Amino acid sequence: MKIAIRNGRLIDPANHVDQVADVFIAAGKIAAIGSAPSDWHSNKEINAQGLIVAPGLVDLSVHVKRGTLATELAAAAAGGVTSIVCPPDTDPVLDEPGLVDMLRMRANAQHGAHLYPLGALTKALGGEQLAELSKLAQAGCIGFSQADAAIADTQVLWRAMQYAATFGFTLWLRPEDPYLSREGAAHDGEVSSRLGLNGIPSSSETVEISRIIEISRGTNVKCHLSKISTARGVEMIRAAKREGLPITADVSIHHLHLTDIDIGHFNPNFRLSPPLRSLRDRDGLIAGLKDGTLDCVVSDHTPRPREAKQVPFGEAAPGATAVELLLSLVLRLAESAKLDLPDALAMIGARAAKTAGIAAGTLSVGVAADVCVFDAGAYRHITEASLKSAGKNTPFMGYELPGVVRATIAAGHIAYEQAS
Amino acid sequence: MLSKKNIQLNENGELHHLLAIEGLPKRILERILDTAESFVGINEREMKVVPLLRGKSIFNVFFENSTRTRTTFEIAAKRLSADVVSLDVARSSTSKGESILDTIANLSAMHADMFVVRHSASGAPYLIAQNVAPHVHVVNAGDGRHEHPTQGLLDVFTIRKYKKQFNHLTVAIVGDILHSRVARSQIHALTTLGVPELRVIGPQTLLPAEIERLGVRVFTSMEEGLRGVDVVTMLRLQNERMNGALLPSASEYFSRYGLTPQKLALAKPDAIVLHPGPMNRGVEIDSAVADGAQSVILPQVTYGIAIRMAVMAILAGATR
Repeated sequence: MKIAIRNGRLIDPANHVDQVADVFIAAGKIAAIGSAPSDWHSNKEINAQGLIVAPGLVDLSVHVKRGTLATELAAAAAGGVTSIVCPPDTDPVLDEPGLVDMLRMRANAQHGAHLYPLGALTKALGGEQLAELSKLAQAGCIGFSQADAAIADTQVLWRAMQYAATFGFTLWLRPEDPYLSREGAAHDGEVSSRLGLNGIPSSSETVEISRIIEISRGTNVKCHLSKISTARGVEMIRAAKREGLPITADVSIHHLHLTDIDIGHFNPNFRLSPPLRSLRDRDGLIAGLKDGTLDCVVSDHTPRPREAKQVPFGEAAPGATAVELLLSLVLRLAESAKLDLPDALAMIGARAAKTAGIAAGTLSVGVAADVCVFDAGAYRHITEASLKSAGKNTPFMGYELPGVVRATIAAGHIAYEQAS
Repeated sequence: MLSKKNIQLNENGELHHLLAIEGLPKRILERILDTAESFVGINEREMKVVPLLRGKSIFNVFFENSTRTRTTFEIAAKRLSADVVSLDVARSSTSKGESILDTIANLSAMHADMFVVRHSASGAPYLIAQNVAPHVHVVNAGDGRHEHPTQGLLDVFTIRKYKKQFNHLTVAIVGDILHSRVARSQIHALTTLGVPELRVIGPQTLLPAEIERLGVRVFTSMEEGLRGVDVVTMLRLQNERMNGALLPSASEYFSRYGLTPQKLALAKPDAIVLHPGPMNRGVEIDSAVADGAQSVILPQVTYGIAIRMAVMAILAGATR
């Protein structure tokens, strides 16, 4: 299949490209930029006049379950996302190579976003016995994680770091102390006090970041910290990076837009993990993103069935459906936080790919053709019907958001095209 | 997206649901207190019934057990001539896995006009209020550790009875503020009604984060906190708070925060003592105080009926 994307504004931050140029795709790869290769005959032409042509988006946190894999990959494609990293809390947990093979096979059959699994760091995410990391890596796991589960036993965490460091594996750790966050539903502060919700103090994050940094220092293991939510956490990561420790970190798009005040009258769609925190924290996260302390932005896509959110706030399952909203919310952030468009796109593109160590996020000639074509000036109304995901649980329901995806191409296949 | 506007008020600014004291304007609180005043007389008559809510169906839906509160709502509804049904849901349908909204939908099909709801989860009455038909009213009878608005109202009603005005008072709320829905409702009611100095007293483990943002002064020493106050509200300390690391023991708690005659002597000589009940004698309050001349704990219970009558009558539009 040969595809030509004509007259779009090509933004490829990794190659410092921002200009109007045609893109030519053949045999699943970027064949040429600018002028067509000799003897070019398109099977498909996409007119991108007035649109932006960018590398397909890279989302480092998309939770998938077996039953809804196809739906959620279609949702990713509709959101312009062509690479997703999935935490190991799939159903069943990714703690055996065979399960990883099966998941990847099923994902590949969809011809949508590329799926990069994280293996379970410990068996059944129990935090006690190491999973077979080398075998899981051979099966295609790009790193190891506990998803949202903790390793309470510090000795197990230390051993896991030593073992992972031995083979150069990266640990993806969600910094949350299981004791300080126990039974918590909202950030411990004025809002949780007013609403009478169990608080999750900021220290639940910073205590765990500190523990991870201190133990990892001796092992030199590569650690990626997932879903930072506090300003103090950003400061600690900034200091660790300055020290030269091999640490990276991401932040969820929700935490860059929202705070605990937005919970309003107990709206369960604002129950997230980590919890939405204070205005000061949100400002600290944005500053951390701007100065590179936080490497990239994730959607932390967590679709939930309707009944999981039709309960009181504290009983609601945490998380939000988000992979389809990532581009729009990053465009909105670019506006509100005054980011250049190429810089903003890099946070869900080249910077994310580099963080995960995956080949994605650029439009260099010869790389796999993952492309997102979108209209940055158009607005979309977020409704349940407008979301392809099985989950309709988003804090942004009813919003008008900028950015409409016109086409998504994954490895040279049209993964999504907006009906005209 | 759920609305962030105050769902307790209708488009004319009148009370439609009573879910929390927070966010209610002073004029509405005063109207409830004034209406309750007119019902106090009825409750003292031989014939204690008025026909204001004749033909209305009120469902008391208690997802969490409470005989006392449920009973006062029942009495209040009956004195207004409403048809009242009490369901102890804690022991029936939800324990069989039925969701809150399914329970409410089923009861709505029986043509309820008003739900009085208690639930162990903060915010549950909001979920219900957002899912009932527009003509149906919801009264929060206590949700988790969030609010217990009718209790807060009967507390301020009692204070007004004894102290007449709010604008010169110093009030102290003592004990387990963290887990107390009564404390939150009382704080919002007193600040809205213009109490110039409101204090909370307790150990740090029982004080919610940033509680001073609600307009209170925080004291950890009971002796300092009680000095010169006009009103003392003692909160119930539940036994399960002794588990974990909140408190070492009931007797240690009593030694620091129990209200004894000696500690009460630090307050103004005419200070009154409130307690939302049920009391733990010897844990948060000494019997000599609970049964003493300054205690207004039993009048609180009496006024509780009038307050609940007032709330139900106002919600149903039966008063002008």
